[in-house]
Amino acid sequence: MTNPVLTISNLTKRFGGNTAVSGINLDVMPKETIAIIGPNGAGKTTFYNMVSGRMQPSEGSVVLDGKDITGLPPHKISRLGVSRSFQINNIFPEMTVQENVEVVLSAYHGHSRKLFNIASRNTGIQQEAIELLKRLGIDNLKAQRAEVISYGDKRLLEIAMVLATRPKLVLLDEPTAGMTPDETRRTTKLVKSLADSGDYTFLVTEHDMDVVFGLADRILVMHRGEKLFAGTPEEVKNHPEVRRAYLGEEDDETEESNV
Amino acid sequence: MKTRILLAILAVVIAGLIAVPWVASYFYIFIFTEILILGLFAASFNLVFGYTGMLSFGHAAFFGVGSYAMALVLIHLEWPFLISLLASMGAAALLALIIGFFCVRLNEVYFAMLTLAFGMMVFAIAYQWRSVTNGSDGLAGFSLGSFGLGLDLTLGNPAVYYHVVLAIVGVASVILYVICRSSFGMILRAIRQNPERVSFAGLNVRTYRLVAFVIAGAFAGLAGGLIAPFLRVASPELLHWSMSAEPILMAILGGTGYFLGPFIGAAVFVLLETWITSFTESWMLVLGVILALMVIFFRKGLLGTVVDWWMEVRK
Repeated sequence: MTNPVLTISNLTKRFGGNTAVSGINLDVMPKETIAIIGPNGAGKTTFYNMVSGRMQPSEGSVVLDGKDITGLPPHKISRLGVSRSFQINNIFPEMTVQENVEVVLSAYHGHSRKLFNIASRNTGIQQEAIELLKRLGIDNLKAQRAEVISYGDKRLLEIAMVLATRPKLVLLDEPTAGMTPDETRRTTKLVKSLADSGDYTFLVTEHDMDVVFGLADRILVMHRGEKLFAGTPEEVKNHPEVRRAYLGEEDDETEESNV
Repeated sequence: MKTRILLAILAVVIAGLIAVPWVASYFYIFIFTEILILGLFAASFNLVFGYTGMLSFGHAAFFGVGSYAMALVLIHLEWPFLISLLASMGAAALLALIIGFFCVRLNEVYFAMLTLAFGMMVFAIAYQWRSVTNGSDGLAGFSLGSFGLGLDLTLGNPAVYYHVVLAIVGVASVILYVICRSSFGMILRAIRQNPERVSFAGLNVRTYRLVAFVIAGAFAGLAGGLIAPFLRVASPELLHWSMSAEPILMAILGGTGYFLGPFIGAAVFVLLETWITSFTESWMLVLGVILALMVIFFRKGLLGTVVDWWMEVRK
């Protein structure tokens, strides 16, 4: 049996009296795609923040490839192979699209410590950047300033930057949020092809159910910081409590987002 | 094509700078020496401000310590000039390492305040530690010995000293420029735009900020080492917080987005100061008006505005 890439045990985050994430357990196997769904305030982003080092967990542990990474700072967790995207665009606005990727590649390859090279003549990094942009279908934008490209293209650029560190585990936080239906279709197809390539292990949070069911091997349903259910897309679709809590069959309590 | 024009302009400027002692009066030799030294000071500041995005209010500490190191070495050790300059850089870099260690963990206004606080502390030490620094009078009466490298130069001659300053500032600028264009420099620009994203790319942002701070400190120290023999004194004014404002004003005046911006800013600053004070006492008022106009209408500084205008014309 292969070992999980990521093992999360009893992961918990409290803010004062509020518990944003409560006792989550999850094993992520290599090359699988797990979607995390749940209404706003379910704790998905807090969960990501703990796994990626942006927040310290109140309790529980995060183990990556057998190594305990609980509470390490973001740059160390990134070095160890966890790469994440953000719900809001998180790029270098004044640099070109290609330079955005080059920054991450320089960091990954240790070129960032070179004080006396000429960055714009670093052909190895440049080629790798262009290949990544091609993979995301935005290499035609490479010379544009990142702040002027469309919202959807910015999100794709972010995915290129996330993949640039050759991560063992990729966390995508609502990759299609705010996209037009067209952009959503394009992005879903793209993430699907990346997942099917077998090069990556994905955790994806997403609001769009079509996207989730199209992508995920397994789905973790969160509600008010707790695990409501975990299973295959089929199981999730048919689970009565999940249907009631999230898939449109509402009861009066689920619409409050008080967490 | 574009680079050729720029290189041609640069070559003309450098040739003009080399020719200054043969065409200009002693007065302007002094002026241009001052411009070069303050230009290097402002360029070193801009590595921290324009490139890395940290507004330091204490950069004069490194400039001043560089000048005191030069004076102390010349008085007590009588080292050759070039070696003394390395001492200035080393002393300033060490101080930047200590101050930076505490400052780079803070952001924006807190960073600015802490650098200001450290700058005031360094000033107070220079002002009050009389046995070493000679208090408010500063250290004077040192004599310039040999240059180093076996070269026989009369450093006391203003024209010779100008050429020495030009050569050293030239070499230092090339090194600083390469650092700005390197992969490391690219990371610094990335940190200014989005530090969090850089840390999620696997880099410790604090370390990079600290290295930039120390490099900037070392080059400010070099500028300080050049100013002491020029002024023939290392005095507490060089460390005063008002001295920390000068590179900020110069960088903004010239343009923080371009490597040469701070040099242009230093030239404009010093020349305006010279001309305006020759017919009015209110130089600060005029400077204030100019700076206000720059910040309101020409955010990119003189060089940035000219470059934008030129790009527009060529379209």
